[in-house]
Amino acid sequence: MAVALTRAPARPFARPKEEHGFWSWISTVDHKRIGILYGVTAFLFFIVGGSEALMIRMQLAAPNGKVLTADEYNQLFTMHGTTMVFLVIMPLAAAFGNYFVPLLIGARDVAFPRLNAFGYWVFLSGGLLLYSSFLFGGAPNGGWFGYAPQTIGRFSPGHGIDFWLVGLIITGIGSLTAAANFIVTTLNLRAPGMTLMRMPVFVWMNLVVSFLLLFAIPIITVALFELYFDRNFGSNFFNANLGGDPVLWQHLFWLFGHPEVYILILPAMGIVSEVLPVFSRKPLFGYSVVVFSGIAIGFMGWGVWAHHMFAVGLGPVANSAFAASTMFIAVPTGVKIFNWLATTWGGDLRLKTPMLFALGFIGMFTIGGLSGVTHAVVPADYQQTDTYYIVAHFHYVLFGGAIFGLFAGAYYWAPVVTGKMLDETLGKIHFWLMLIGFNLAFGPMHILGLQGQPRRTYQYPKGMGWDFWNAVSTIGAFTIALSILTFTINIFKTMKSKERAPQDPWDARTLEWTIPTPPPEYNFAEIPVVHARDDFWHRKYTEDEQGRLVRIPSGGSDETSALHEQHADSDDSGHGDGHGHGIHMPSPSYFPALASVGIMIVGYGAIYHWWIGAIGGVILLAGVFGWGNEPLSE
Amino acid sequence: MRRLRVAAIPAVFVFLASCASNAPQDTLKPDGPISRKIDHLFFPVLGVAGVVFVLVQGLIVVTIVKHRHRPGRPEPVQVHGNTKMEIGWTVVPALLLVGVAFPTIFTIFDIAKEPTKNVLPVDVYGHMWWWEYRYPTLGISTANELHIPVGSPIRLSLHTIEPGLPAAKGEDFATGVIHSFWVPKLAGKQDVVPGRTNKLTIRASEEGEYYGQCAEYCNLSHANMRLRVISQNQPKFDEWVAQQRKPIETPTGDAAAGFALFTGKKPFESKGQPCVGCHTMQGVEGASARVGPNLTHLQGRTTFAGATFELNADNLKRWLRDPSAMKPMRPEQGTGMPNLHLSATEINQLVAFLETLK
Repeated sequence: MAVALTRAPARPFARPKEEHGFWSWISTVDHKRIGILYGVTAFLFFIVGGSEALMIRMQLAAPNGKVLTADEYNQLFTMHGTTMVFLVIMPLAAAFGNYFVPLLIGARDVAFPRLNAFGYWVFLSGGLLLYSSFLFGGAPNGGWFGYAPQTIGRFSPGHGIDFWLVGLIITGIGSLTAAANFIVTTLNLRAPGMTLMRMPVFVWMNLVVSFLLLFAIPIITVALFELYFDRNFGSNFFNANLGGDPVLWQHLFWLFGHPEVYILILPAMGIVSEVLPVFSRKPLFGYSVVVFSGIAIGFMGWGVWAHHMFAVGLGPVANSAFAASTMFIAVPTGVKIFNWLATTWGGDLRLKTPMLFALGFIGMFTIGGLSGVTHAVVPADYQQTDTYYIVAHFHYVLFGGAIFGLFAGAYYWAPVVTGKMLDETLGKIHFWLMLIGFNLAFGPMHILGLQGQPRRTYQYPKGMGWDFWNAVSTIGAFTIALSILTFTINIFKTMKSKERAPQDPWDARTLEWTIPTPPPEYNFAEIPVVHARDDFWHRKYTEDEQGRLVRIPSGGSDETSALHEQHADSDDSGHGDGHGHGIHMPSPSYFPALASVGIMIVGYGAIYHWWIGAIGGVILLAGVFGWGNEPLSE
Repeated sequence: MRRLRVAAIPAVFVFLASCASNAPQDTLKPDGPISRKIDHLFFPVLGVAGVVFVLVQGLIVVTIVKHRHRPGRPEPVQVHGNTKMEIGWTVVPALLLVGVAFPTIFTIFDIAKEPTKNVLPVDVYGHMWWWEYRYPTLGISTANELHIPVGSPIRLSLHTIEPGLPAAKGEDFATGVIHSFWVPKLAGKQDVVPGRTNKLTIRASEEGEYYGQCAEYCNLSHANMRLRVISQNQPKFDEWVAQQRKPIETPTGDAAAGFALFTGKKPFESKGQPCVGCHTMQGVEGASARVGPNLTHLQGRTTFAGATFELNADNLKRWLRDPSAMKPMRPEQGTGMPNLHLSATEINQLVAFLETLK
C-alpha cells in the first residue's frame, strides 16, 4: 500500500526482494537473521582464536619451545586476546541480544532494522580488516592492550599495529550502533504491560551493557585515534621523549577496558538468570536485587580501572582508593551468586545441558571472582600482576564465566532458533569435556603465576619449576578443543536431523516460547499483552496457599499448541512475509552492507594511501545516500 | 560429587605450589622482609577466599544432590525472594572486605615508605632487552646481575633508556619502552615507565642468588630480559665493588689482537663499527658508550644477553656469529646488537679478549 502512495522509486534504490539464498542474507534486516549472522561469525572467530590459543599452548608445553618464533608468538597472543574480546564474546552477546531481546519483550523487530544490519556488517568488516594483516606483512604484536610506547615509532616497525588500531575503530562503530539500537528498542518497543520491572533479566543486562558500550567505546576510540596519530602523523600523546605520557594511554585503555569486562560478562549473567529458574521450576530469587546489582556493577565498573595499573607507580593513595573500589564491586557480584544459588535451592532441578552450563558458570565464575579479590590486595598484586595468575583469573571470568554462560544460552535457545533440540548426550559430553579441560588448562596457571611465570613470554628456560603444570595446561587446552569439536558435531547433527522440537520443550517462562519455532519473520502474530513477570509461566501455572506450583487446568500449554496450529495455518499462506496476517515488516536493504564495505576500504586507506581511502569514501557515501533514498518498502 | 572434585582442584594446587621445590621465582617463598610482608598479607586473604570458595561450591553440590529432579516429587514452593537474606549476603561480604581492605591499605603505605638507614641507592635502566645498573654512590656500573649487600635496603630508581636511538633536544638519551623490574623472592614488581622515575626498595635477608625478569611486555624479546640479584655479605660485596672499579689489564697474545678489534685499532674485515661504539670498557679512552652492557668485568658475571645465556666461550662465539639468531632483536631499528659479519679468526680473538675481563 505504501508503494502505491509514493512515487515509483528510481531503480538503483529499489529494495531487494530475495527471501532465500545468499543475497537475502546480505540484505536482511530481520533481527533474527542478523542474530544468526552474528552468532555464526563469532563462532568462526572463536575457532580461529582458539586455534591461536592451541598454538600458544603447544609452544609453552615444554621449556624452550621451538614451535613458534618470538615474533610469531607475540602476534598470536595479541590476536588471540583481541579476537576473543572483540570478535567472539562481544558479538556472541550481540547475537543473543539481537535474536532474543525483541522476542523477550514482545516486539516484532528492533527499533532501527537497517542500522542493526549495518552494525553487523561493520563488525565483520573490522574483523576481516584486522585479520587481513596476516596477509600484509604480519599481524599486530603489541598485545591486546597495545601499551604505548612499544606500539609507536621505531619500537613497532611495520603496519601490524595500524591494522589493529583501524580494525578496532571500525568494530567500535558497530558496537555503538548496536548499543543505541538496543537501548531504543528496549525502552520503546516493549509489548503492552511489559513494564521495566517485568523485563527478563537478560534484557536488563543487555540494556546495562548497551549503556556501558555507549560510554566506553568513545573512550577507546579516542585512544586508538591518538595512537594512530602518534604513529602516522607525528603527534605526541604517548611519547615521553617529546613530553607525551605513556601512562595516559593506560588510563584511557583501562577506563574503557574495565567496563569492557562487564560488557563481556553481564550478558552471560543475564542468560544464566533466565536458564536457572526454568530448570529449577522456581522464579528467580530476588529479581529486583539481581537487576539492581547488575546496574550497580554497571556504575561501579567505571571506578576501578586503575587496578590494572597497580605496578605503574600511581602512588599509595591512588592504589589504596582503587583497592577499596575494586573490593566493593565484589559485593554486588557476590549478591548475584547467592541469588542464583537461592533460585536453585528447594527447586526441582532438571539437569539438562543448559542447566549444567549454568551451574558450571556459577562455580567457575566464583573462582574468577575470588582470585579477583586477591588482586585487589594491592601488595599481593605487585607479585601477581603480569603473571599467569592473572591469566588464570580472567580466563575463569571470561571463559568459565562468559563462555559457559553463552553455551548455556546456546543449548537453551537452540529450539527457538532452529526448531530442533541440540542432542542432549553430545551436549553433556561437551559440558564435561569443557569443564575438565577448562580446569586443567587454567587451574594450573594459578600455581605457575604464583611461582613467578610472567605472561607474554614466548619461552621459559629449564629449571624454573614450571615444566609440569605447563604440560598439564596444554593437555587441558586440547581437551577444550575436543569439547568444541563435540559442540560442532552436535550442531551439524541437529541441522541434518528432521526431528522437530516440541513446542516449549523446557516448560519455560518467557514470551519467546509462545510462538512457533523457528519464529516467523513478524515474531508475534498478535502482540502479546503482558500481565506479569514471567508472563508465559503464569499463563500455565499458579500457586496454591503454600506457594506450591499448580498447573492451570485449562489453557496453559494447550493454549500454546492452539496458537501453534494457528501459526501453522498462516505458514501455508505465505511463510515469513507476514502476509497471512497482513503484518508490515521492514524491507531488506543492500545499503548497510555497502556502506560497511566503504568503511573497510577507508580503513585500508588509513593504513596505506589516501587514494584507497578516497575510493572507500565514495562507496561509503553511495551506501549512505542509497540508504537515505531508498523507498520505505517495496 | 562433581563439585567436590572441582573444589579439590584449587586446594591441591595451592598445596602443591607451596611445596614445589626448585622454583627460583616462587612468590610464595619470600626471602626478604618486603616480599614476606606481601606473603603475610596474601595468605590470610587466600584463606578467606578459600572459605567462600568452599561455601559456594559446597552449596552447588548440596543443591544438586538435594534438589535434583526425582519422579513423583511434588512441585516446588515458589519462593520469590527474601529481604533479610538479601541484606545478609550484601552486608556480610561487605564487612569481610572491609576486614581485608584495612590491612591492604596499611601494607601499601608500609611498603611505599622510603628506607632511611644504611640505604644503598642504585639506578636501574631498562633497555630493550637487558638491564643496566649504576651505583651512584660507588661510581660503578654493571649489567643484568645486580650485586647487593645482604640485609641492607636497596633503593632502586627505575629508568628506561635507549641510547641507540636519537635523543630529543637537550636530552642525553632517548627514553625506551615500559619494562617492569621484578625479583619475586625479594619484592613485588614495579614498572619502569618512560618519563618518570619510579622507586622500589628490595632487601634480601640471606646471601644467595635470586632470579627475576622483566614483567611488563616490552615487545620482541620480552621473554629474554631476565636478571639476577646476588646478595653477598658486606666484605664480599666490598671486594666485588673494588674489582668493578678497576680498569682492564692490558691483554697479551690472541687477547691483544681481540683488544685491537674491540677498540677499533684494527678494523673488522667487514668494516663494521668496533665494539667500543656501543660498549663501555674502563681504562680505554672514550669507551664509555651505554648502548650495550659495560663489558669491563664481563667474566665477573655468570650470564649474558639479559641473563639469558650461560657465559662461556662457546656461547660467546655463537653470539658473535649472529646475535639475533640467539636472541631475537631489532638492530636495524636501533634496539639490539647487530650482526657484525665477523670472520672466524676475529671471533676467536674477540672471545680470547673477552675471557680476560675478570
